[in-house]
Amino acid sequence: MALPEVPLPEVPLLEVPLLEVRELSVEFPTRRGVLKALDTVSFTIETGEVLGVVGESGAGKSLTGAAIIGLLERPGRISGGRILLEGRRIDTLSQEEMRRIRGRRIGAIFQDPLTTLNPLYTVGRQLAETMQVHLGISDAEARRRAVGWLEQVGIPAPAERIGAYPHEFSGGMRQRVVIALALCAEPQLVIADEPTTALDVSIQAQIITLIKRLAREHGTAMMLITHDMGVIAETADRVAVMYAGRIVELGPVRRVIRHPAHPYTDGLMASIPTLAGRLGRLTQIEGAMPRLSAIPPGCPFAPRCPKVFSRCTAERPELMAAGETAAACWLYAPASAEAAHV
Amino acid sequence: MSAPAAAGPAPAQPLARRLGPLGRFFDSDLWYSFRQSPVAMIAGAVAFVCIFGSLLASWIAPHDPFNLATLSLSNSFIPPIPMNGSEWAFPLGTDEQGRDMLSAIMYGGRLSLVVGFSAVLFATVVGVAIGLIAGYGGGTLDAVLMRVADVQLTFPAILIALVVDGIVSAALHELHEATEIYVIVFAIGISNWPQFARTVRGSTMVERGKEYVMAARVIGISGPRIMLTHILPNVLGPVLVIATINLAVAIVSEATLSFLGVGLPPTDPSLGTLINNGNSYLFSGQWWITVFPGAALVIMVLSINLLGDWLRDALNPRLK
Amino acid sequence: MAGFILARILQAIPVLLVVCFLAFLLFAYVGDPVAIMLGQNATLAQRIALTHALGLDKPFYVQFVLYLGRILHGDFGLSYRLGEPVLQLLATRLPATLELSFTSAVLALVIGVPMGVYTGIYRNSWLSRAFLTFSLIGVSLPTFLIGILLILVFSVWLGWLPSFGRGTVVHIGHFWTTGFLTLSGLKALILPAITLGLFQMTLIMRLVRAEMLEVLRSDYIRFARARGLPNRMVHFGHALKNTLVPVITITGLQLGQIIAFSIVTETVFQWPGVGFLFVQSIAAADIPVMSAYLILMGTVFVTINLVVDLLYYAVDPRLRLERRAPAAAR
Repeated sequence: MALPEVPLPEVPLLEVPLLEVRELSVEFPTRRGVLKALDTVSFTIETGEVLGVVGESGAGKSLTGAAIIGLLERPGRISGGRILLEGRRIDTLSQEEMRRIRGRRIGAIFQDPLTTLNPLYTVGRQLAETMQVHLGISDAEARRRAVGWLEQVGIPAPAERIGAYPHEFSGGMRQRVVIALALCAEPQLVIADEPTTALDVSIQAQIITLIKRLAREHGTAMMLITHDMGVIAETADRVAVMYAGRIVELGPVRRVIRHPAHPYTDGLMASIPTLAGRLGRLTQIEGAMPRLSAIPPGCPFAPRCPKVFSRCTAERPELMAAGETAAACWLYAPASAEAAHV
Repeated sequence: MSAPAAAGPAPAQPLARRLGPLGRFFDSDLWYSFRQSPVAMIAGAVAFVCIFGSLLASWIAPHDPFNLATLSLSNSFIPPIPMNGSEWAFPLGTDEQGRDMLSAIMYGGRLSLVVGFSAVLFATVVGVAIGLIAGYGGGTLDAVLMRVADVQLTFPAILIALVVDGIVSAALHELHEATEIYVIVFAIGISNWPQFARTVRGSTMVERGKEYVMAARVIGISGPRIMLTHILPNVLGPVLVIATINLAVAIVSEATLSFLGVGLPPTDPSLGTLINNGNSYLFSGQWWITVFPGAALVIMVLSINLLGDWLRDALNPRLK
Repeated sequence: MAGFILARILQAIPVLLVVCFLAFLLFAYVGDPVAIMLGQNATLAQRIALTHALGLDKPFYVQFVLYLGRILHGDFGLSYRLGEPVLQLLATRLPATLELSFTSAVLALVIGVPMGVYTGIYRNSWLSRAFLTFSLIGVSLPTFLIGILLILVFSVWLGWLPSFGRGTVVHIGHFWTTGFLTLSGLKALILPAITLGLFQMTLIMRLVRAEMLEVLRSDYIRFARARGLPNRMVHFGHALKNTLVPVITITGLQLGQIIAFSIVTETVFQWPGVGFLFVQSIAAADIPVMSAYLILMGTVFVTINLVVDLLYYAVDPRLRLERRAPAAAR
């Protein structure tokens, strides 16, 4: 599936997706060889849309987010593919150009609010500096807006709390501050990497609601990375399921949840405990996700797949249409090709 | 994009090679990172040469500088090669008594190493023991022991060593020469145990909360046994790094104490004593009596420091 | 805040008492003061008289209390070696040590911190590598050797700078003498200050660098970059402040190291400070001086620790709120 090597012509905003990731590959050179952590990952995010990215630990979700925002940690590097923001490539930009995009056009929310905020600076200061860097406003204006943001994220008595330090807030409140920080420069896209995982369950719902509401109000698109399918169900419009560094299913969230196409997604759904219906044994998917250094040829899920057949271990499947979603699975191969192999 | 057709089911993990302990060491991350770092390898080689050369001093030194019968004042103050008046028999020159500098350095180096090593061993054993007990026992015992360590840490180690050495020497006035080496080892060792104790105590407390320790206690294994056989191997990593760096510090401390005159006596000198001795001849131009022992000391300490640095980086999981 | 200071002071007092006790033990039991002061040929009667006069026949704890009393009045006895009151000996030599230590500390900080910051931020530049090599050598060179080498090069071979003593000093106030105000005083200060400061400088540099590297890997720095803050702000606004907090503590403790190693430096350069006095008194088994020096050092270090604790408290907001009520409700 080789793409033509011509730069995209400039097209009006409405005709290209806000974010397009095409065949993105990320690798890590190690002393035992090169590990491919992301293997030709492709997806798009439209303006104002919420794309959920779900998968087990180590599937490559956070790496995808890091690569998009240009904060891949050494020695990791992008080894192939492109990332396009509103039609223009951003993976080849200089450090300085990328810096201007970060915060202003693409924001980020990280997992642990305790370590994400600098303990030695007040929240007001951290908000103000972000806005002043990107929006060029005065100190007084920045302070005014900072109070406004604290109010928007639901922190009581914002005018007083502006001078408080991060450790003076509880976990949930801190994450609200982080959300404010991610949104205060008014980005078009926010990458939220496990925003609720470090929080108490009772708080998680509040934070998710907050994120949803703010995203809708400001028209911000979101890439919501999590291993929690419940959060995705609540919040996302579309969902991408990742496994071993690849996307194995991509489609509207209702569809993927109710009628998962890929056997892995099916297994994921089945393993979620539910109070409805018969309470029986939890199903689990046998085996474990392969280590990056030992990904089998063909489909990476083949060793654990209940529907595996000969083609699965021979060739690697790309995303292909499977009803209303897309799945990387030979079960959905176009009929003619299928008949020839089975 | 198809993968080449596999012969059968996907290959399993590569067969684990049957390696003996030596083989495992050479296959380990530690050895790999050692091979990757030219600095570490050179430092390791130099340290090895120093240590080897010093330990075998009695066998391979060209002269015995401390056998009074072989010394002759006519040999005194011979400058090193390639200056005027030098001789091949004494490549690094001789001192005021006609002692060969090269041999004196080898013997002195041996003594410096022995003292340094013993002092570190002392500090390690005492520090690790106290750290284990404090970390495992917890409560008042821990509080008291750590308080002692903290108080001692408010004072610089060199000062403590100096004071202990000075006091004990003054008290044992007559026995000075015979016991000096023990006094110095004790003084330096006792001044350095707190860092070991604190580190081990921290690690012990972390390990104590882990399941394998709880499992051992449930089975009924006694406290001391748990500390020794279960916890100790797991906390030794950082101890090794501290010990290596401490070795360099101990050698320098001993040299300093000897230089100040409260260390090893001139009859059985360490490198520090040699440097002190040579100091008197700086202004009269016989610089080699001080400079060469000094250089030997620096080379030895530098290579140990480099090894310690490398070891710390190699064992630090977060830097990988 | 006041409660904090008071608590720390109260903690320091037992330590001081222990130091005094050790000094007292030294004073009372090592060597025989009576024999030393009277010589070998004293009669028994003379011995008993002196013993009684010195209070050495009283019970142990009484002697200790008397000792403490004397100390608090500034009476540390007479030096065996020089016959003068110990307090006076220490007082005349203290300015020399303090000026030397201060100069070295300033040198070490002013050069060490920027070097450390630079090598932390620009990890791979050749200048960083040069600094690191230099620092490694600095850490491996014992202080006395640095002094000797400097003397060799700058005094013996080049003849530019003096190798011993303090030069001409100016008297200020009751007991202070300063070398800062004369050219010969300043010249005499250069080599010893470099000797004493070099080790500290390299240590500070390596410490600052290590802290900086650690901080630069933290989540909040990553988040700062994710918000698009420019490098200048990330490095000097966020990272630097977080780096300096632990550095302050260690630097404070390093001040202690400086004072300890001033003993060595003073010996190499025959600098007339309290450290040199101490070394001389060890060689001569001059117990009163040794005891007094111990107490002096104990006080100095306990004070340093206290000041460092206070500094830490002032800089890190997390510590200030230990006593406040828990944060607002969720």
